[in-house]
Amino acid sequence: LSRIGDELYLEPTESGLSLRAVNSSRSGFASFLFAPLFFQLYEPGGAGPEAELFRCKVHMKSFLGIFRSLPSLEKSVGKCLILLKPHASRLVLQLHCKHGVTKTHNLAFQECERLQAVFDTQSCASHLCAPARVLAEAVVHFPLTLAEVTLGAGPGGKISLRNYVEDEAEPSKTMVTELWLAEDEFQSVAVAPGSHITFCLKEFRGLLSFAEASNLPLTIHFDEPGRPVIFTLDDTVLEVHLVLATLSDLDSNSRAPSTNGVSHLPAPADDFADDLESYMAAMETSEGGSERAPSPTFSLHARRPAQSTPEEEEAEEEEEEEGAVPGTPPHKKFRSLFFGSVMTPGRPGLAPTQEVLAEDSEGE
Amino acid sequence: MPFSAQPPASGERYALSASLDNARHLSSLLRAVHFQDYATCLATASGLRVTVEDAKCIQANAFIQAEIFQEFSVREESVMFRISLSVLLDCLTIFGTSSLPGTSTALRMCYHGYGYPLMLFLEEGGVVTVCKINTQEPDELLDFDFCSTKVVNKIILQSEGLREAFAELDMTSEVLQITMSPDKPYFRLSTFGNAGSAHLDYPRDSDLMEAFHCNQTQTNRYKISLLKPSTKALALSCKVSIRTDAQGFLSLQYMIRNEDGQICFVEYYCCPDENITDAEL
Repeated sequence: LSRIGDELYLEPTESGLSLRAVNSSRSGFASFLFAPLFFQLYEPGGAGPEAELFRCKVHMKSFLGIFRSLPSLEKSVGKCLILLKPHASRLVLQLHCKHGVTKTHNLAFQECERLQAVFDTQSCASHLCAPARVLAEAVVHFPLTLAEVTLGAGPGGKISLRNYVEDEAEPSKTMVTELWLAEDEFQSVAVAPGSHITFCLKEFRGLLSFAEASNLPLTIHFDEPGRPVIFTLDDTVLEVHLVLATLSDLDSNSRAPSTNGVSHLPAPADDFADDLESYMAAMETSEGGSERAPSPTFSLHARRPAQSTPEEEEAEEEEEEEGAVPGTPPHKKFRSLFFGSVMTPGRPGLAPTQEVLAEDSEGE
Repeated sequence: MPFSAQPPASGERYALSASLDNARHLSSLLRAVHFQDYATCLATASGLRVTVEDAKCIQANAFIQAEIFQEFSVREESVMFRISLSVLLDCLTIFGTSSLPGTSTALRMCYHGYGYPLMLFLEEGGVVTVCKINTQEPDELLDFDFCSTKVVNKIILQSEGLREAFAELDMTSEVLQITMSPDKPYFRLSTFGNAGSAHLDYPRDSDLMEAFHCNQTQTNRYKISLLKPSTKALALSCKVSIRTDAQGFLSLQYMIRNEDGQICFVEYYCCPDENITDAEL
């Protein structure tokens, strides 16, 4: 979660403790839901059934500082008690260590609105499921500094991974790495032929290391370029979601890979840089809390629509949250935002069509 | 006077003369008190004491008793001088700090007297290095007047229990608060940093606790930046004794066992922090 955002959102619910993070550009969201069974004791509400479950956020660094050294934690800590004390304004983490030693950390927290991304794995056209190890071995070929990677469905059911090269880069000076994974490396493949998406690799790596360490298969749900990609991990006591924005193709025809198996680089959005500029302008002008159209993807208050397990997935046990389906279907194209994009002085941008994935709590 | 590379045969001409087969017995102890450039050395018949002070609030002493040395002679009742501890340590470790088993640096130390430099002769594997370090007028040292009769609370802990705690102290906190009490929480270390407060509790019946003699509940705060260097001494030691007196002065005594199993001591004395604001306990 620390790879995504600087703040850790804690939300105890009836179905478990949810830890969430969102990145500063609202283009990445992750949540870890620990079922009550994960804990020795789980009591979400203190004051009684009528009391609203309390949510808070803390600085990621402060929280991580408590769990600094994993090897020594494993050796010396017996159990960890987490208490949320709204009246004292403190999140208490108490580690019971060997030799009878107790470490108590009282963290200051901030109250916050519910952080919830709106996404629907069911509505995605393509789904892939692979052991984390397969994907980890694949991404190891890309440099750690690589920002974006393109995942594509090629001929013969093969899946490709390629580093995303920006338009401005000189062809003679850029190195392109592409690798193909056979269908049988995956536990399940159900992809729209010729589909591809480009997303932030850095944010994905965080989830991948977690998946590898916990030995869980990773499922990727994606759709058209521009619609978010959803990575999920499932376990009996843990449910993980990582939702990342993807680069949208402004060219309505994305080039299909040629028949001999070699695909061309997909044309990056020509005015991607302009989108960033107009988005930044829109951000600045709307700072005063002016009205914004409801976001089609990430919305702070609308709850996640009820999902059913897609039949392609294996043994998935999703714990659903009840919620109304958000009203208006998106009429505005979703844009992604990536750090490090070069801003070119441009022709006047298009009408701001960017959507934020998660609105500021203050804006409401 | 021609400069001779040969160490003198007899030490009688010297105010202080000592030989040590393994210089690490000295250098590791000195490192445990090396939080300032300068130190005051006091040599008496019982051995060598190296003192480092800071801010008139903290004092650290490293004791290397005469029995540790292969040869140790002091001409007068006591010999005292001020010297750069940084330079002294650099010289003692001139052959490198990594300790390969079986190799050690042999040391011979000579001090002619007031106004003369401290001479070090270091030998390892047939290679000899001669160092001459200037000495200075010793400063007056703080006297914490800390004696066992004035001790209010005392505990002795196995160092392994504290090592990690000290290494991970929240340095964004200005103070380290120490609570010692015959009742709960018995022994508590607290910090108040940017993230919030943190408390480390050691119960009196913990198997890390070798001795627990607390008569009164005391809570004192000390500047964390002054105490942080004591982590080095803690890392070397096997046991630590923590004592406070009625004024809240703190005494930390570390028992250190060297490579040959000999025991040496390092102690830290610290004044309580005067700027006390309301504590979050």
